[in-house]
Amino acid sequence: MSPSMSITRALREAGFAGLVAAGLAFPILTLGTEMDQSNRLVLEQRWSWMAIAAALVFVGRFLVLAFARKPARAAPHTGARVLSPALAAALPRAGVIALFLFPMVMLFWLGPQGSLKWINNYGVQILIYVMLGWGLNIVVGLAGLLDLGYVAFYAVGAYTYALLSTHFGLSFWICLPLAGLMAASWGAMLGFPVLRLRGDYLAIVTLAFGEIVSAVLTNWTDFSNGKAGIMSIPRITFFGLPFNANENGFAATFGLEFQAIHRTIFLFYLILALALITHVVTLRLRALPVGRAWEALREDEIACRSLGINTVNTKLTAFALGAMFAGFAGSFFAVRQGFVNPDSFTFMESATILAIVVLGGMGSQLGVALAAVVMVGGTEVLRELTFLKQIFGSSFDPSLYRMLLFGLAMVVMMIWRPRGLISSREPSVFLSQKKNVSGALVQEGHG
Amino acid sequence: MENFLQQLINGVTLGAIYGLIAIGYTMVFGIIGMVNFAHGDVFMLSAFIALIIYLAMTQILGVTSLGLVFLIVLVCAMALTALWNWAIERVAYRPLRGSFRLAPLISAIGMSIFLANFVQVVQGPRNKPVPPMFTDVIHVTSGGAFDVTLSYKQILIVGVTGVLLLAFWYLVQKTALGRAQRACEQDRTMAALLGVDVDRTISLTFIIGAALAAVAGTLYMMYYGVVNFSDGFTPGVKAFTAAVLGGIGSLPGAVIGGLLIGLIETFWSAYFSSDYKDVAAFSILVITLIFMPSGLLGRPEVEKV
Repeated sequence: MSPSMSITRALREAGFAGLVAAGLAFPILTLGTEMDQSNRLVLEQRWSWMAIAAALVFVGRFLVLAFARKPARAAPHTGARVLSPALAAALPRAGVIALFLFPMVMLFWLGPQGSLKWINNYGVQILIYVMLGWGLNIVVGLAGLLDLGYVAFYAVGAYTYALLSTHFGLSFWICLPLAGLMAASWGAMLGFPVLRLRGDYLAIVTLAFGEIVSAVLTNWTDFSNGKAGIMSIPRITFFGLPFNANENGFAATFGLEFQAIHRTIFLFYLILALALITHVVTLRLRALPVGRAWEALREDEIACRSLGINTVNTKLTAFALGAMFAGFAGSFFAVRQGFVNPDSFTFMESATILAIVVLGGMGSQLGVALAAVVMVGGTEVLRELTFLKQIFGSSFDPSLYRMLLFGLAMVVMMIWRPRGLISSREPSVFLSQKKNVSGALVQEGHG
Repeated sequence: MENFLQQLINGVTLGAIYGLIAIGYTMVFGIIGMVNFAHGDVFMLSAFIALIIYLAMTQILGVTSLGLVFLIVLVCAMALTALWNWAIERVAYRPLRGSFRLAPLISAIGMSIFLANFVQVVQGPRNKPVPPMFTDVIHVTSGGAFDVTLSYKQILIVGVTGVLLLAFWYLVQKTALGRAQRACEQDRTMAALLGVDVDRTISLTFIIGAALAAVAGTLYMMYYGVVNFSDGFTPGVKAFTAAVLGGIGSLPGAVIGGLLIGLIETFWSAYFSSDYKDVAAFSILVITLIFMPSGLLGRPEVEKV
């Protein structure tokens, strides 16, 4: 492995990068605006930050230039892959088994108190995003319709359950399908006006739609109770048996000692089941005419129309089905939190879900799941890094840097692997033999 | 009548700011066909830079002439924001040129998240109140239900915007750089074959876009008197709406679209409900795209097999 550049040239370029970093750092890093006693803004000078930023960029750039190899361009037909085929085939099965065992292992290992955080913050949280990612994958990855307002359907699902249960006392098990139906009809409603739009325009209209939904939820106080949100939403029941310490509760019925963890474990299996349903439905749909029509639409809309595929129905079903799964996930979110307000449904959520889909490699179910683990799990891990406090002082709060690193990770991952973590695709339709193709051969976000 | 006149003045002021941001969107979209999602946050960053330079000038260096301070703040903010946008293009977008079309969009969304949180981390999450400046007002009418006022700030905003737009128009229409820029917009490959340095032209497009956004940021900071790290998103989306309304890729369209969005938003707040002013702006976007996808002055997109 030879260095890709001579050391002197690397030094010179790194020096330039360091200078630029110093220039970028100049006002925003070196002069901090602080409030003084009389609420006036005063400047705090911290010139050392500039030196640190410049030095970090210099060293980083130098190391990259001097020692990193130029990425070899993979031939487009082979399909560059991170995982070997055997591993890629075994991973999903092993993953599902591991997920089924996960709460039990955690409970056995850490006890009811210690495992709560792991099952809830990591297990349930990541699985929600896996499900949302798979749902959005239908719209973006399969049908090639770029949707930046996906969180609107998540919100529709969450508010459907929240409102129906608090006003009419309907149980979660009735509201879950209703929330899916509701979100699906909203998906179709959004689908109608945007049928003619393509690519980036479609992205912006869906973004505007998401913003309109969140603005209405914030301002229409009579309907949604505005910013304050809807509180004390009924909690999940075990098909009618509440998770409480009463004698008709879940624990007493099954002769167990009452513990709060039971509900969390049940929620975990519920979201796991919902996510797996999303996955299986997507896989089956890909083999049906409608799924094939989605992928054909993604590849070439004009060819689709010439072959007699009804593009209106094809687009609408993609929007509606993708939205339906977001609706399921939304009502799950509401029953898990017991509280919803518009802050949970901002553009950031849509961007996160889309990032998971794209970083996973659009159209790849396994990739989406892996990306959800990396992005959501990774940001959760940052909350844990309390040892950094010992290095940087007690005022250092690692969770402040969560979104900062999240944004940076999106940029870096795109540059490193624009086609996502899993960049090979299994064709749904093939002639005589199934061959993996590179993601680079697949059209995406065509509109 | 007084109300109408007052809202007209306010609307044009707001529209001037949107128009300046919208040019950045429309230029970048015209030349590389990408929605530069981070542009709104570049605008927010420029407002912070302007605020810091202003504080440094008045508190550390002790300059007292407000006109001089404003001029220096404007020039510094333009230069430093241009440097930022140049670096962003170089790091986050250039490696993805020629990649599939979603890649730069995702990279730009990541950049937008990064910039907002970067400013939050280094400058703190609280609202930053800006010391008031140019507080004088002119009474346009008097004796009616209330006096219609035109503040010096508003005159300054419209004046600065007008002068810069003229300079910008000259740059694009009459100079070699502008010709190269327009050539790249029409056909990048052909322009490269004819000896136009495409990479350099794209860099310059980002620099010009950022400089105009910095003007908007400085004026915004001065006009509203408060800046926050999350201020980039909504003005950014509205400016993009303005660019689309005017016809994306069209520079006069961006300015007209900006003015229209500013007026619609102001009149909506005045006559209907200020809660739903964002909904009004976004609905305009949706309606425009559905019924007039190429905007007011845009060229229709031809779809070829």
